[in-house]
Amino acid sequence: MTELSRIRNFSIVAHIDHGKSTLADRLIQSTGTVQDRDMKEQLLDSMDIERERGITIKANTVRIDYKADDGETYVLNLIDTPGHVDFAYEVSRSMRAVEGSLLVVDSTQGVEAQTLANVYHALDADHEIVPVLNKIDLPAADCDRVAAQIEDVIGIDSSDAIRVSAKTGIGIHETLEAIVKRLPAPKGDRDAPLTAMLVDSWYDAYLGVVVLVRIMDGVLKKGDRITMMQNGSVHQVDRIGVFRPQMQNVDSLGPGEIGFITAQIKQVRDTRVGDTITHEKKGATKALPGFKPSQPVVFCGLFPVDSSEFEDLRDAIEKLALNDASFTFEMETSAALGFGFRCGFLGLLHLEVIRDRIEREYDIDLITTAPSVIYHVYLRDGTMKELHNPADMPDLTYVDHLEEPRIKATILVPDDYLGDVLKLCQDRRGIQQDLTYAGSRAMVVYDLPLNEVVFDFYDRLKSVTKGYASFDYQLTGYQQDNLVKMSILVNDEPVDALSIMVHRDRAEMRGRSMVEKLKELIPRHMFKIPIQAAIGGKVIARETLAALRKDVTAKCYGGDATRKRKLLDKQKAGKKKMRQFGKVEIPQQAFINALKMDT
Amino acid sequence: MPSGNWLQAALAEDWQQGGFAIYVHWPFCQAKCPYCDFNSHVARHIDQTRWLAAYQREIDRYAQATPGRVLTSIFFGGGTPSLMNPDVVAGVLDRIRQHWPQANDLEVTLEANPGSVEAGRFKAYADAGVNRISMGIQALNDRDLQRLGRIHSRSEAMAAFEIARSHFDRVSFDLIYARQDQTLQDWKTELKQALGMAVDHLSLYQLTIEDGTAFGDRYARGKLKGLPPDDLSADMYQATQDMCEDAGFLSYEVSNHARIGAESRHNRVYWRYGDYIGIGPGAHGRLTLNGQRHATEAWSNPQKWLDTTLDALGEKERVALSGDDQASEFLMMGLRLAEGVDASRYTALAGKALPQDRLDHLSELGMIESDGDRITVTRQGRMVLNAILSELLTN
Repeated sequence: MTELSRIRNFSIVAHIDHGKSTLADRLIQSTGTVQDRDMKEQLLDSMDIERERGITIKANTVRIDYKADDGETYVLNLIDTPGHVDFAYEVSRSMRAVEGSLLVVDSTQGVEAQTLANVYHALDADHEIVPVLNKIDLPAADCDRVAAQIEDVIGIDSSDAIRVSAKTGIGIHETLEAIVKRLPAPKGDRDAPLTAMLVDSWYDAYLGVVVLVRIMDGVLKKGDRITMMQNGSVHQVDRIGVFRPQMQNVDSLGPGEIGFITAQIKQVRDTRVGDTITHEKKGATKALPGFKPSQPVVFCGLFPVDSSEFEDLRDAIEKLALNDASFTFEMETSAALGFGFRCGFLGLLHLEVIRDRIEREYDIDLITTAPSVIYHVYLRDGTMKELHNPADMPDLTYVDHLEEPRIKATILVPDDYLGDVLKLCQDRRGIQQDLTYAGSRAMVVYDLPLNEVVFDFYDRLKSVTKGYASFDYQLTGYQQDNLVKMSILVNDEPVDALSIMVHRDRAEMRGRSMVEKLKELIPRHMFKIPIQAAIGGKVIARETLAALRKDVTAKCYGGDATRKRKLLDKQKAGKKKMRQFGKVEIPQQAFINALKMDT
Repeated sequence: MPSGNWLQAALAEDWQQGGFAIYVHWPFCQAKCPYCDFNSHVARHIDQTRWLAAYQREIDRYAQATPGRVLTSIFFGGGTPSLMNPDVVAGVLDRIRQHWPQANDLEVTLEANPGSVEAGRFKAYADAGVNRISMGIQALNDRDLQRLGRIHSRSEAMAAFEIARSHFDRVSFDLIYARQDQTLQDWKTELKQALGMAVDHLSLYQLTIEDGTAFGDRYARGKLKGLPPDDLSADMYQATQDMCEDAGFLSYEVSNHARIGAESRHNRVYWRYGDYIGIGPGAHGRLTLNGQRHATEAWSNPQKWLDTTLDALGEKERVALSGDDQASEFLMMGLRLAEGVDASRYTALAGKALPQDRLDHLSELGMIESDGDRITVTRQGRMVLNAILSELLTN
């Protein structure tokens, strides 16, 4: 156990690509926590997908011992948090477990939308904030401008911002000193009854459920019998430790400390993030203020391309859900795709991450259907039904009206691209709420329907601004609008997995775009194929895919038989990536790619 | 004498419905053509005596495994077999005759380049027993011949063709069309000339860009320009079928046209899925032994093959084909023929019938026709034969 005065708990707040993970790597490395030979990039991002995409998905923790200039050795606990809006919930709860934040801003870029969103989480958690200007080694660095911007836009004093190059190591020592000198030590009473905040939990194949805790008061020891205050379940702690960043066992954790426990807990779902852990006997009577549970906002169907892999998919989804309580699923049957799952996600990135993990870690090819949000369908009998899947849309004669979720979107963009951004938001049925300037960057706030954002808004935004815009959002509520279900018919057969909810005014445009896309995505068949978009019985867009004219091998003699047969075998494998709808084969990728809009 | 049971078993073997043939591969050319993906090499010095000895050893070995089979055809392919000394050709044919009984109408074909040197050997080939020449003329104008990398000219080709005709009753020739910068009208004009020259058989191939060829490389680098778009090559194919049939040359196979009775018997063994022995570097075979059909493939490197055959069969591999594989090959080859295939033969090989729903679908589309057990591909279907095969075989 460490004296409270020698502990500093902090997180790092940054926009994606502003160098958060590199800074974390450098802090860990410079204190000798990890030997140089064990050093790899983005040390705290353990999933392949995290490293590849350069993003952090799960919060990670590391305990660093630092001998400060004052001669004392301090314990620094860093909780590295995700930067993406989909995982904002994860950010906000991690913030509650620490007392301060480093606000990292790229000195060549300036404040971005995620910087803002995350710094607000930190301010909400009453954090002391130390501004860090990163990437000062680059010629484009403009520390004074960015420091001024931090004061203007965020409103925190940045006169003593630390100038750092996480890449070259400049300013790392100063950063460590600032953590010790400027961030507050945690408070707590080791003689009080135990209260420990359940910060996170995940499933480990060897250890079972691992629980990340922050001790507020009291002392937690190996062998203690603990109770989860929310459901009263009792467990015996069989292991207790800290991350350096590998797990290292300790005997006990005291106030202000962050570490993990295992206690023969079977499922992640048995641990509620935000719950308070106390001792079974002589425990605390009052729980810490909890967090509200995360709610999925985006839904889509996941179906195996090869329908015989349904059970494998079930297995994969159940295993992933073990570790991710924010991911929901239920079985779904599609006339077109057979058996699959309707899954709920925190956002589109979350969806992509889960989908990629299923395809990679479990080797199952998936068809992902159109992402949808939750609509509120008000029926004529006065009741309201939540609609997660356009295929479940009740007959219109029963429907009084529909409501859709809306968001408040904040976008920061260089002035040059402002026009394009406004047009994009306008095209997506946005209502402008605010437009201000911070230097040459504009900050626009839009009220937008979530369903217009959920699919490819972010991609489009990046593309129209050449990557210079940043974006964040929060849900604001539901609003009535003129929404309809649009069906797609391929060769005169409706393909339920392609139906989407759309605003009536945008239906023709979306319909036209989808049938045109499908015409490109579906390979030519031996017959011509009409592709139509329809609302109810009314066709609103139509294309015809012409028949295949010529596909025959000119020469095939005795020496060619083996090769040509193997080519057919290869085609057989390729066909596994297609699904048969009536007489038409639709490639796996078409389901998602058909939805992409060029505007 | 074999017993009656043995005879019955042998008769039931699938290959007998296609016949039995021998393919002899001569792997050398004077120059490599940029579109050619065959196993051909350019060599300065070739010890033809050694090659004859190797061929003969291979013939002896295969003969031991296939006694008593009646031979339908022998085919010298390449490479450029018209670079073979006539006494090598004679030596090969003599040795084959010693081992196997032959059909009365045994076909012996030799592929020839239409150059003047080759033409001088035609008489000797005829004397050795060759009775059919397949000549690689490829184009009837000098610009295109040059672009195809051919070393002969149009006039040389015409002359060689005339000499061949004077020695052989059966002379076929090949043309390649859908070439760079060729218009539909260009091709029609050229094909009209070809039909005027042709005796009774023509092979007309659309230019195919194969990986691992000079054209393939150029194509990959975007340097092969002027190839016809799909619609034009479809029109060219259609026009080819029409003009050949009008001239009395039936399209008995996808790229082969002949007057009735003049079809290539050798190639028909492949398409009817008979057995064939492949002798020479890179040669493939299909060989049914003790009721099991095998795919054989010889070492393709000429030196490697030559060295191997000194004391063993020149095969690189011999793979037993499953019933499914045989059924696929049978269908793939058989549907190329205008005569089509017997569905029951497919069923017997695969152990299951062709999927009826797919057959019905293809019939409805007008791609195939069924008459009792016989399935044929229609003219329309032939244009998309690969798609038909994929429909029938990949589910």
